[in-house]
Amino acid sequence: MNKNTLYIVIGALGLFALSSYQDWLRVPFIMGMIYGIAALGVVVLLRAGQVSFGHAMYIMVSAYAVGLISREFPQVDGVVLVVLGTMVSLVFGMILALFLVRYRGIFFGMLNLAISMVLFTVVSKLYGLTGGTDGMQIARPSLLGMDLGRNHYEFVLLGTLLTLGVVLIIATQKYFKSSAGEAMAAIKTNEDRLEYLGVSAKKLMWQGYAISAGLCGLSGAFYGLSQGIVAPEMGYWLKSGELVFISILGGSVHAIGAFIAALMFEFVKMYASSIMGGSWQLILGVTLIAIIYFIPEGLTSLFSKKRHGNEELESNEATSTVKKTKEAEEVRS
Amino acid sequence: MTIDTILLALIDGVSYGGLLFLVALGLTFIFGVVHVLNVAHGSLYAFGGYAAASMGIWFAQGEDSLFLSLLALVAGAAIVGLVLGYTLMLLLRRFRDRDPVIQLLVTFGAFMILEDIQMMIWGARPYFVSDIMYQMGSTELMNVVFMNYQFWFIPAVALGVYFGLRWFLKHSLKGHQIIAVTHDREVATALGVNAGRISLLTFIIGATLGALGGALASPTTSLVPGVGAEMIVLSFAVVATAGLGQVTGALIVALAIGIARSASIYMMPQFEVVMPYLIMMGVLLVRPQGLFTVAQARRI
Repeated sequence: MNKNTLYIVIGALGLFALSSYQDWLRVPFIMGMIYGIAALGVVVLLRAGQVSFGHAMYIMVSAYAVGLISREFPQVDGVVLVVLGTMVSLVFGMILALFLVRYRGIFFGMLNLAISMVLFTVVSKLYGLTGGTDGMQIARPSLLGMDLGRNHYEFVLLGTLLTLGVVLIIATQKYFKSSAGEAMAAIKTNEDRLEYLGVSAKKLMWQGYAISAGLCGLSGAFYGLSQGIVAPEMGYWLKSGELVFISILGGSVHAIGAFIAALMFEFVKMYASSIMGGSWQLILGVTLIAIIYFIPEGLTSLFSKKRHGNEELESNEATSTVKKTKEAEEVRS
Repeated sequence: MTIDTILLALIDGVSYGGLLFLVALGLTFIFGVVHVLNVAHGSLYAFGGYAAASMGIWFAQGEDSLFLSLLALVAGAAIVGLVLGYTLMLLLRRFRDRDPVIQLLVTFGAFMILEDIQMMIWGARPYFVSDIMYQMGSTELMNVVFMNYQFWFIPAVALGVYFGLRWFLKHSLKGHQIIAVTHDREVATALGVNAGRISLLTFIIGATLGALGGALASPTTSLVPGVGAEMIVLSFAVVATAGLGQVTGALIVALAIGIARSASIYMMPQFEVVMPYLIMMGVLLVRPQGLFTVAQARRI
């Protein structure tokens, strides 16, 4: 186990410990991790310079798959639901990727947007199947055969998400450093040269797209399980925009950026809505623009500049979490 | 499906297409300078609509004067276009040397901010000022009564803007400079064009067009929060389908999408919302760079 991994594990354990110490932190942590997984999926494409304005649809598809399966077969275990939901999104993404890989830039983004809008509308209109715009309830399933109360259920979810987060960060980082991952980043730099080297950019994009759809699907399955409800709103293009926002905030230097950014996003949102009520978007927008102004390469770039930057990574995360905890405490009191 | 219905769908579609064209044209214009799709354009549309409605309530409602009603629309659009366009340009200028993705994100952030400001100013209550519709009267055509406002006013404005802009770009010095700057900023600067000022001008024209779309739409629809978010994706669809920077293309596609949309309202209402996206997907499947893009397209 190298140093980075150690720090990431410590960070995850720290979050878990914090959440058992402060109950109210659990839900924002869960949501942060869920958005983090999805944002990680968007980062995969971002490294190739492609921005998708429709990836929230994979969250929606997976969450609805979980909802439908659990409605038809109430006995199905939560773990199975997560696997099935992710698979549905993955397969869906693989099929769409077959033709989406031909497009770059704005056309790629807009096609994703178009598909997600079509899906959003279809889901909103199929009242009988999906409950229309009211959304669909998802009953709390058993986890590994255990029927848990709300508190324990959330604990298990958070624990699973944190473990999964660590695994995903390591795995994605491995992928980024693999030849396929490095070549993927080369699509952004110069796709023609890549093709001259004998690498098929379309194949790479297909792979990357499938990974990103799978990650968003995983996130969606957990979204369904933790929220207990899914509405078409989840697949609206604004949600996809938020995902892009989170992933750029995190930067594409290291996979952990997506999670730090997502947690931050969640807390800024919470903090903003507690002081501004309905106008949280205003504060969020201002904060995010300020961040991209001062940290152009994303949060992870702060650590990568120095060789021993990883120490900073953890301490920064820790202090910022502490700070936010304090802030949030002030708000509560 | 009778001839009446076809006529209704056609007129509705043309008037809606006209609005869509104005907004999409503004988007294309702004793309020419910042080389990024301006997500905040949806807010310009919404602000234009709200401002026009507020102006209408302020000095035109109940006055029974067509001139005042028109003035309210134009003033609303112009003020929003100038103020917001200028502010947005100043904001984006700070990010000019950054990755396009970052710039896109800045416009998204601006959109989030503007959405809330709009809620703060106008609240969530629907606005509806339709005096102008009645002041313009109606026309009867084949036993169907049309409001003149939609029947000829909106299409006329859209066409007027189209021809006016074409003339402006092709036959005036400023227009030539705009083409030069959007085509190649560096070379234009080297030739002595003040690129900064020309970009600002282009941006403000684009912003005003977006706001004008909203202002013209305000008498026909009630304004509610979220109209901006809906309109911006539609105009994205128009711009992407037509190909970036295509003025004539945007007109044709906006009309096609407008007509297809209103035809589907009369025939299969459940497909109304997806129609534009289906058209866009169909077009991009056959022509990945958009319908009217030629190799080395001139961006404007």
